[in-house]
Amino acid sequence: MDITFKDVSYIYQRNSPFAHKAIDHLNLHIASGSFVAIIGHTGSGKSTLIQHLNGLAVPSEGEVTIGKYRLTPDKKPENMKELRSKVGVVFQYPEHQLFEETVGKDIAFGPRNFGTDEEETKRRTKEILPVVGLSDEFLERSPFDLSGGQMRRVAIAGVLAIKPEVLVLDEPTAGLDPRGQKEMMEMFHRMHQEQNLTTILVTHSMEDAVKYADHVIILNNGQKYMEGVPEEVFVQKEALNKVQLDVPEMVRFLNQFEERFGKSIPFHRQKVKEMAALIYDRLKGDETP
Amino acid sequence: MNNSLIIGQYVPGSSIVHKLDPRTKITIIFVFVFIVFFANNLPSYIIITAFALAAMLASRVPVRFIMKGLTPVWFLIIFTFILHLIVTNEGTVLIEIFNFKVYSGGVIQGFAISMRFFLLILVTSMLTLTTTPIEITDAIEDMLHPLKRFKFPVHELALMMSISLRFIPTLMQETDKISKAQASRGVDFRTGPIKERIKAIVPLLVPLFVSAFKRAEELAMAMEARGYQGGEGRTKLRELKIGQRDIWIYLLFAAVVASLFITRAY
Repeated sequence: MDITFKDVSYIYQRNSPFAHKAIDHLNLHIASGSFVAIIGHTGSGKSTLIQHLNGLAVPSEGEVTIGKYRLTPDKKPENMKELRSKVGVVFQYPEHQLFEETVGKDIAFGPRNFGTDEEETKRRTKEILPVVGLSDEFLERSPFDLSGGQMRRVAIAGVLAIKPEVLVLDEPTAGLDPRGQKEMMEMFHRMHQEQNLTTILVTHSMEDAVKYADHVIILNNGQKYMEGVPEEVFVQKEALNKVQLDVPEMVRFLNQFEERFGKSIPFHRQKVKEMAALIYDRLKGDETP
Repeated sequence: MNNSLIIGQYVPGSSIVHKLDPRTKITIIFVFVFIVFFANNLPSYIIITAFALAAMLASRVPVRFIMKGLTPVWFLIIFTFILHLIVTNEGTVLIEIFNFKVYSGGVIQGFAISMRFFLLILVTSMLTLTTTPIEITDAIEDMLHPLKRFKFPVHELALMMSISLRFIPTLMQETDKISKAQASRGVDFRTGPIKERIKAIVPLLVPLFVSAFKRAEELAMAMEARGYQGGEGRTKLRELKIGQRDIWIYLLFAAVVASLFITRAY
């Protein structure tokens, strides 16, 4: 589903001394099937933005379109529930939303609410566990007996079981160990490709954005600050530093490499292995036999 | 989150009302709540109303914000007024609709009582609007200090109060967060039959309790780790001090009380 923000503003606690503009005349377009990373400093409006994607927040001004659903200041669509079944949101620390007695029931909670029949719900519950890296035996366990990482996986499974077309991820790997972070991001990337999802990843990690996203949007003070493909956005060091962001490690490395050896290697989101080969090539000529 | 209710909300500022010692504010409001009931004729009502309005204006909290925040209370005030119109049978008949008579006494009585009600709420909300919860608990701890002699756990009570006040916004945020997460999973808190809506509270309450208990445990641990052992021998970073400003306000308030008792009818 295509997502469009047209001149959207969102104001918290309007008409009070606490009024606060979280999003300020934002325009953006997310093409169906793309993997978009939204990056910004704390308080840049990221979380408010994603709440517009499934109608949890309705714009104070402007218009949001998600597929055939429209959100405008004066009216919420009647088919809000339908919209929510199509846009799955994994919030920050999703493990806090677990409440059922067993993992199985908690995963089935979403599909049941959206009216999926019992048989299909059961099938999805069983199917989704291995996808998030848990085995069948977890189905009957209480979610409160699990470790933090396992709880996170169960909560994510609960959103995936809804089978959304758009998947919104708000810092899904925060607080996980490095290996867990990698596994989880790989899982989302696989899901994105296999199921033809539109994925929107809110993150602080430039590395994740470089690795997985094909489009990057940088927010600052509720406005769009930069936008484009990662290899163009992420090399603009000064512009990024201005909004308290830094270039990814790889770009930093290339900059230092150029400083030291006077040879530049353009940034194309190379994998570590490719980069090693490139560096070897560049430096080979220097070796004096 | 319910943004329209302002009772218990603090609005930062540096007005004279903000700067008063919290004990002064509590004392004056406490006395005010009593003397409101002594007003019984026009001049005495004018005096207390003027005092309350002056306090409101001096606080520099936007008037529109206060009035909007009192919306839930307006209903009660109007209800009181109408009730008095119906039940009072004194004075002359003003209007007669079918067999129902509205007496002048009813209008006056209704107006007076709703006014009292309004003033009480206005003045008490001034306390929380201009005083941080920490200041309020500090003041209460200080004012209850004499009870310590009777083994009353003053410090513990104040600590409990400040902790619960401190965590109200946190819990509200948490509620907001979890209800959004569950709404994304298809829970409908707003529409549908009442039975379904009550059932929808479970996915909200369970995570809320779980995290509240976890948070309490973490807080207790953090306090112990920083050497907290109860109130014995504990000193304060910010000492409460009655300044010249407070004395002037006390004198002003004494004048208000005195003129009220002079003008009221006996």
